[in-house]
Amino acid sequence: MVADFRSRPATADEPAAPGTAPTAPARSNGVTVAGIALRTPYWVFTGAVGLIFLAPLVWTAVASVAPQAGTNQVDGWGLGNYETLANYQAGIWRYLANSTLVSLLTVALTLLVSLLGGYAFARFRFPGRNLLFLLTLAILMVPYATLLIPLYVLLNEVGLQNSLVGVALVLTMFQLPFATFLMRISFEAVPRELDEAALVDGCSSFGALWRVLLPAVKPGLITVGLFAFLAAWNDFMAPLILINDSERMTLPLAVSNLRGQVQGVVDYGATEAGVVVLALPCIVLFLLLQRHYVRGFMSGALKG
Amino acid sequence: MPPRKPSLDRSPAPEKRKVLMTVTAPSRPPSAAMRGHARRRGRRGLLGWLYATPTAVFVGALFVVPLLLVVKMSLSRWPLLTGDQGINVPDNFTKAVDHRFFTDSVVFTVKYTVLATVLLLALGLGLALLVQESSRWNSLLRASFLIPSALGLASASLLFYVLYSPYASPLAPVMESLGFTFLGSPTAALLSTTFLIVWRYAGFYMVLMLVGLQGIPADVYEAARSDGASRWQTFTKVTLPLLRPTLALTTVLCVTGSLLAFEQFYILTKGGPDNSTITVVQLIYMVAFQGQNDLGVAAALSVIVLLALIVMNALQLRAFRTEER
Repeated sequence: MVADFRSRPATADEPAAPGTAPTAPARSNGVTVAGIALRTPYWVFTGAVGLIFLAPLVWTAVASVAPQAGTNQVDGWGLGNYETLANYQAGIWRYLANSTLVSLLTVALTLLVSLLGGYAFARFRFPGRNLLFLLTLAILMVPYATLLIPLYVLLNEVGLQNSLVGVALVLTMFQLPFATFLMRISFEAVPRELDEAALVDGCSSFGALWRVLLPAVKPGLITVGLFAFLAAWNDFMAPLILINDSERMTLPLAVSNLRGQVQGVVDYGATEAGVVVLALPCIVLFLLLQRHYVRGFMSGALKG
Repeated sequence: MPPRKPSLDRSPAPEKRKVLMTVTAPSRPPSAAMRGHARRRGRRGLLGWLYATPTAVFVGALFVVPLLLVVKMSLSRWPLLTGDQGINVPDNFTKAVDHRFFTDSVVFTVKYTVLATVLLLALGLGLALLVQESSRWNSLLRASFLIPSALGLASASLLFYVLYSPYASPLAPVMESLGFTFLGSPTAALLSTTFLIVWRYAGFYMVLMLVGLQGIPADVYEAARSDGASRWQTFTKVTLPLLRPTLALTTVLCVTGSLLAFEQFYILTKGGPDNSTITVVQLIYMVAFQGQNDLGVAAALSVIVLLALIVMNALQLRAFRTEER
């Protein structure tokens, strides 16, 4: 099946146009009537596949404001479900604030650590450099759960268990393999002449980093920050294990707990509203920074 | 020059450095330059460590220490509330293996991993082939395939929790007339959860496959076409073999991710129905924090998972490498 559909676009064009600019130059553009007729099934099929991916999101957004029995929005359209969400336990504003704090702290820490670390790995030779880099990448190899159990004990010992700062520290650590790797290759892509010249002109190494290299690695930083935000905003397991105070829950945890709070009956409307609030910043960021998002995935692929 | 470019690209760094040295060195007297160079190298090593210190602190305190601690915990009696009660080797491991859900959860996790990996790789490749040419329509398609991956796994699971419910789902009438629910039976629960995962991750694997496809040179396809290869032959004899590194990477990623599945089952099925969908990580969570409250046994399970994962990844990489020869 799959292979069959694969071949369809190739009927009008060159079979696969790879390379950096995968456009097919000798293309008829499908402007002729025959071309359009040939490609209509392809458009219908691919459009349908695209809709399958979008439909659950659209449906949830619509259902969250639609009338529904057993929710706070029984008659007519409105924001009743969002009211339920707003009044749940400590209130959605509290959980939004918690999630925002964890996310921003994780983004800031990840950017700072990986910027300095990437600079060190790309531009300096120091004893233990390769070991440290390998150890950082090794974080990827170790299951989340394997680390969260001892981290629960360790953070308890230093008073950071049940703390949003503790969650942010843990999430930063989990971001480091990707972030450090990406910043290292970002720095390595910048010609050495650039910072050598700055050093010759009397810049300190930090001055060279701050004034000369920072603008050059900005795309890398945006990608790292984007992924750190998405990971922290959406993380479920770290707060689930490390937070036990309902005042300090993050949004995903709160929305998950919201199901089945009232006498075991699930408020589906409020859950839909919660999903919308959770998904909205992610989708907006995705649409704004799509190029950086895809680039992040691709750098993961090139590593292999 | 242009046709030789790829081979030149492979070793740019050392050559550039050599050029730089020959340019800068003669500007100073040789002996002073060499002494200065050595001193500068020492200082730069120190500076390097300075910049790497935050990374070292995070990796040391939040990765290496916990990793050592989990091994120690697995060898000790360690209840959730009272903490370390001394060495008890190998009680935790025998208790872990004898846990009434151990075998079931391992079997279920492997079953789920095989299903998710096969579906995700096939679909990821299929979608990539569908949209690999660049056109406005295709970039629209790519974006719509990718949007779900921006959602968190927990959010996506909550979304499908509603979508699968017999009460709030738009598919409720269908479920009613056919007399089944999406999460009602063990098989339905497994398939429904796998669908959620495929929806959430297909776009991600599509991007990885696209990168792999772009790495296949166009002239290979030219050659296949001029040899009169059919499209199917081109796909099986050219595309798939040349895609092997990408397939290896995606398999390792997908197997690792699926073996560690937690959120989707924790939120969607809570391990049910009849404890049929408990994954290994869920078992770890249950043993540690839900009822049994035994961190020692949970740590032992974690160590077993870690070792299994290392062995499996090594085997997969070796399998892909030997096939290549």
